[in-house]
Amino acid sequence: MNPKRKKLLFTVIFIVAGVGIATGLALMAFQENLLYFYSPTQIKDGEAPGNRNFRIGGLVVNGSVVRNPENLQVSFTLTDTMNNVDVSYDGILPDLFREGQGIVANGAINSDGVFIANEVLAKHDENYMPAEVADALERAGVEHNYKNNQALP
Amino acid sequence: MWKWITKYASPMHFYLLANRLTPWFGWSAAVLFAVGLYGAFFYAPADYQQGESFRIIYIHVPSAWMSMFVYMVMAGAGAAGLIWKTKVSDAVARSCAPLGASFTFLALATGSLWGKPMWGTWWVWDARLTSELILLFLYLGYIALQSAIDDRRTAARAGAILALVGVVNIPIIHYSVIWWNTLHQGPTISKLDSPSIHIDMLIPLLVMALAFNLYFAAMVLIRARMEIVEQEKNSKWVQELIVDKVSV
Repeated sequence: MNPKRKKLLFTVIFIVAGVGIATGLALMAFQENLLYFYSPTQIKDGEAPGNRNFRIGGLVVNGSVVRNPENLQVSFTLTDTMNNVDVSYDGILPDLFREGQGIVANGAINSDGVFIANEVLAKHDENYMPAEVADALERAGVEHNYKNNQALP
Repeated sequence: MWKWITKYASPMHFYLLANRLTPWFGWSAAVLFAVGLYGAFFYAPADYQQGESFRIIYIHVPSAWMSMFVYMVMAGAGAAGLIWKTKVSDAVARSCAPLGASFTFLALATGSLWGKPMWGTWWVWDARLTSELILLFLYLGYIALQSAIDDRRTAARAGAILALVGVVNIPIIHYSVIWWNTLHQGPTISKLDSPSIHIDMLIPLLVMALAFNLYFAAMVLIRARMEIVEQEKNSKWVQELIVDKVSV
């Protein structure tokens, strides 16, 4: 490689590395704002913003879903297996919403510590399998669903 | 090896090689598309959680992979053009942009269609979706830059620098679901410890991914041939080629 090519090669490497480092530093500085949602533990530790809307993510605790038969009001508890947050929501839930499901809700915490959601989204995990396999795993008592779930930080 | 590379760095030899390879890539892509789509619809079982809707994975995931892979090819070819000033790499880089933009658009559109029934929303501004949207803008910016500069050499150089700067976005897209809490779920295939997708669902996905790759190879060669002919239109071999085609 002649010197001129070598210089160009280093220029290219320099551009890619330079932009990479700059972006890396910027992303680290913005880390907080890039979180799409907070976990119940983060909320308990006071990391979530208190004065504005934010999102919470977690798993719906089994047996915690209470529906009001009169209207669309529903309340349930979200967990990240360490801490819980009660959520109240008035609206239509996504099809994937169920007990044990990972969900993300947008809203704010009221003075009683209840999260008043104005939007509930279902977060599905990265596992894909036929129903028979899922059933077999369940029968075998394998915790297949949320072991590696990214919903749990 | 070096000799081989320098030979095919010449526009004429590259053109002739591309001409020979295109039908092979094209036809194998067509066959694999047929096999992959059959597998996607009939061989793969429905998902335990998402039912039949999960089948959009067979378009969504290969498009998303290709959107990143094509970008790396484009940036790599651009860098080679900057360093070695090879006209062929400029032609390849230029040819990649519209294809990559299409794959990115397809990934975003199918993801949106998938998001509505599963998550309950068409779009969210989480790190994965946003970084993929930035990738689309990078491609569109590259295309705009190419058409804004008349001189091909200058356009190729400017485009290559833009493409190289944008390379930083590729790891961000890939790791966004690991670094941050996102609505988009984590990686399924590249997670090595435990298989997260049933083998009967995985096989059609890999076939589709291979089909997408071969389709891209065929398309990029066709486009690069057109770029080369336009670039070299004053050279002797292109004029002979045209005369041959006309007389046949």
